[in-house]
Amino acid sequence: MKQRPMGDVILDVQNISLSFGGVKALTDISFNVREHEIRAIIGPNGAGKSSMLNCINGVYQPQQGSITFRGQTFHHMNSRQVAEMGVARTFQNLALFKGMSVLDNIMSGRNLKIKSNLLLQALRIGPAEREEIRHREQVERIIDFLEIQAHRKTPVGQLPYGLQKRVDLGRALAMEPQVLLLDEPMAGMNVEEKQDMCRFILDVNDEFGTTVVLIEHDMGVVMDISDRVVVLDYGKKIGDGVPDEVRNNEDVIQAYLGTSH
Amino acid sequence: MQTTFPRLLLKHAAERPQAPALREKEYGIWQTWSWARAAEDVRLMSCGLAALGFKPGHNLAIIGDNRPHLYLSFLVAQSLRGVPVPMYQDAVASEMAFVLEDAEIEFVFAENQEQVDKLLELRETVPNLKHIIYDDPRGLRNYKHEGLISVERLFELGREYERAHPAFYKDAVEQGQASDVSVILYTSGTTGRPKGVCQTHASFINSARGGVEVDGLNPDDNIISYLPPAWVGDHLFSIAQWLVAGFTINCPESAATVSIDLREIGPSYYFAPPRVFESMLTSVSIRMEDAAAPKRWLYQKFMAVARRCGSEILDGHPVPLTDRLLYALGNVLVYGPLRNVLGLSRIRVAYTAGAAIGPDLFRFYRSIGINLKQLYGQTETCAYVCIQKNGRVKLNSVGEAAPGIEIKIADNGEVLVRGVSVLKEYYKRPDATAEVIDEQGYFHTGDAGVIDHDGHLHIIDRAKDVGKLASGAIFAPNYIENKLKFFPQIKEAVCFGHTRDQVCAFINIDFEAVGNWAERQALPYGGYVDLAAKQQVLDMVADCVAKVNADLAAEEGMSDTQIARFLVLHKELDPDDDELTRTRKVRRGFIADKYAVLIDALYTGRSEQFIETQVKFEDGRTGTVSATLQIRDATCYPSVAKAA
Repeated sequence: MKQRPMGDVILDVQNISLSFGGVKALTDISFNVREHEIRAIIGPNGAGKSSMLNCINGVYQPQQGSITFRGQTFHHMNSRQVAEMGVARTFQNLALFKGMSVLDNIMSGRNLKIKSNLLLQALRIGPAEREEIRHREQVERIIDFLEIQAHRKTPVGQLPYGLQKRVDLGRALAMEPQVLLLDEPMAGMNVEEKQDMCRFILDVNDEFGTTVVLIEHDMGVVMDISDRVVVLDYGKKIGDGVPDEVRNNEDVIQAYLGTSH
Repeated sequence: MQTTFPRLLLKHAAERPQAPALREKEYGIWQTWSWARAAEDVRLMSCGLAALGFKPGHNLAIIGDNRPHLYLSFLVAQSLRGVPVPMYQDAVASEMAFVLEDAEIEFVFAENQEQVDKLLELRETVPNLKHIIYDDPRGLRNYKHEGLISVERLFELGREYERAHPAFYKDAVEQGQASDVSVILYTSGTTGRPKGVCQTHASFINSARGGVEVDGLNPDDNIISYLPPAWVGDHLFSIAQWLVAGFTINCPESAATVSIDLREIGPSYYFAPPRVFESMLTSVSIRMEDAAAPKRWLYQKFMAVARRCGSEILDGHPVPLTDRLLYALGNVLVYGPLRNVLGLSRIRVAYTAGAAIGPDLFRFYRSIGINLKQLYGQTETCAYVCIQKNGRVKLNSVGEAAPGIEIKIADNGEVLVRGVSVLKEYYKRPDATAEVIDEQGYFHTGDAGVIDHDGHLHIIDRAKDVGKLASGAIFAPNYIENKLKFFPQIKEAVCFGHTRDQVCAFINIDFEAVGNWAERQALPYGGYVDLAAKQQVLDMVADCVAKVNADLAAEEGMSDTQIARFLVLHKELDPDDDELTRTRKVRRGFIADKYAVLIDALYTGRSEQFIETQVKFEDGRTGTVSATLQIRDATCYPSVAKAA
């Protein structure tokens, strides 16, 4: 049972189209995300899932359409602005600082929240130190939450892949986001790591009430943890609804199982 | 002296309210509970539990890792004249069901969601289970089950109850008697179903006091509490001795961080079963093999010095001056840093118990200056029968009878014990109690041993495991297995030979040690099954077996029990598959039945055998592994002892 019932629409994507030269990555995509829900975007390779996420995130600028976040409508997003509004993300191919410790990596996610200036921080005086202690406490809570205490001081590059993914999630959580965008959080993981990750995603949603938008390949995983699912294929939306509806949707079955063309 | 554990807690809280009683690492920082706070927490939780209807005579099940609230909950039950019943935290639901039913549990103190889930599942078949209190709220916020409350809520209930009954807690503690049962510890069940061992406040306090006196433990000592609280050893050290001596117990952050936490705390008093010391040494050996040549050379040179004179220096025996100087140099260059890496720099006393420790392993730790000693006891005797005293440590004995304990050897070689630590009874099992305690009050340990001319007890094996070969020679399987297990490459071994004409062995390789070795040999392998079947690995194991045989040949009466044939098992023996107990002791009979085909193949002289085995994964699913195992003949030696 969900603790917080799904709320109002927090993120509304309207008629988004994105093309790179002649390649149409996304065509007229619309869907919405409601507060406290886990929303999945699925689709075969090259369907436009990551492009969709990048549009929300402000990395790509769509040629058409608009995105409404908390009542404010934007035609294109700017990544810093998006972050400041409380949207965090993780990356499909991990973008961690490999040489830095787990602790420092997660601390870097608090960057936007740190108010004292560079000089004060470098000298570690007065308010800067107190602030750092406060942020460190928050980071420690995340480390505890993700059960990576044993690796606190380990350079991220030395960790196995599954743990790196967890650190990536930790860094996004450090922002205390309202919306969390996860780009294939379970790619390349073994069964056990996937189960762990599922549990963490559900726990994040449950404990903090964070709205989660996730892209995933693994249908089994998606159907188990999502509240609603959007299905993309060749840049078009072919399905949208609760997992059971999507599972029985003819177009979706075709896209996934393939038909003879 | 007639006291109880709750009264000891109150005494510490009154005498040294601000001294640290407990520490737990949380959010990366060691959080401290002073004695005053520990006493207050216990008082409030006791009131809360009373408000829920917990009465004298009730049993409180406790399940989870080493957390402060879990340790305090023992005192909560005892304060109310109830009995704490700790359970192994990694037990699967069906194993827990037995204890919950047998002890008629209505109240459980559980650590976290994992345990609560198991308990809720069990509640359908064990309807008695009414109240579940959990410590860690993570993931449990939305559980709306009846009778499930958080520890915070318990504190609130306690505060309310105390306002209504201000003198309640004081009265309750005063009513406690030293002769009350203070804990029921379920035996791990190497044989048959578990039995609840009832121990009184008096027996645990006296046992703890004996140990505290022998080693001069005091409030400045620190220990790290990381062993399962359901194990008698942890109960003796982390509860009984904690309250008697008043030192500080430290709870690690998580099971995975124990070695880091150990280094941070630097305990002065340390307790571990042999396998922990074994795995520490294995990790040292592996890292030394990977070290640069000059370091390896230095390590080998100085370890040779340590082997020659380290133990003697520790015991204060005379040692030539040159060796003394070399040892001092070694201490600066090798032993000191090594102790530091292991987190054992500040150790005054370390103990091992629970299983026999290989003499070479034991000698290693003593030689690098760690005062490692053995003690001997079982759940039925509060793990307190024999204890090695400083300066009187013998490598292969478990020490002399501890203060307040008498030991004697029965005609059949079994060790009998009488004294302060002997159990009151098995819970609801007068038949079983009568079986182990005779008319003179001696407890029958089930271990076979001899007492030497200095009064030191030597344990040979389990009395029931000691068998005879067809030739009539005494066959002590554990004795041989321990020799095998000392090799870092061998994790587990099971020997067979009773009523047979020769000894044969199953061997489990240590995946980490052998895997590392294989990598350095540039030997590719795909997982455990593959590695265990490699020719090179079998050759290496054959070398180990040959060395053990050479050892046995040199010992009087052991020569006939040299290992004739062996095989390397394709899977690790695992408690989840019932092959080991939860304390990782081999379940010989079960293994003999399960792998009957393999034993058959060993004794019929076949050179290989196909086997398919069911395995249980941690999440409860099952699968099968199959392999064709090779069977090797081992090199045997003529008896040296007889010839001489």
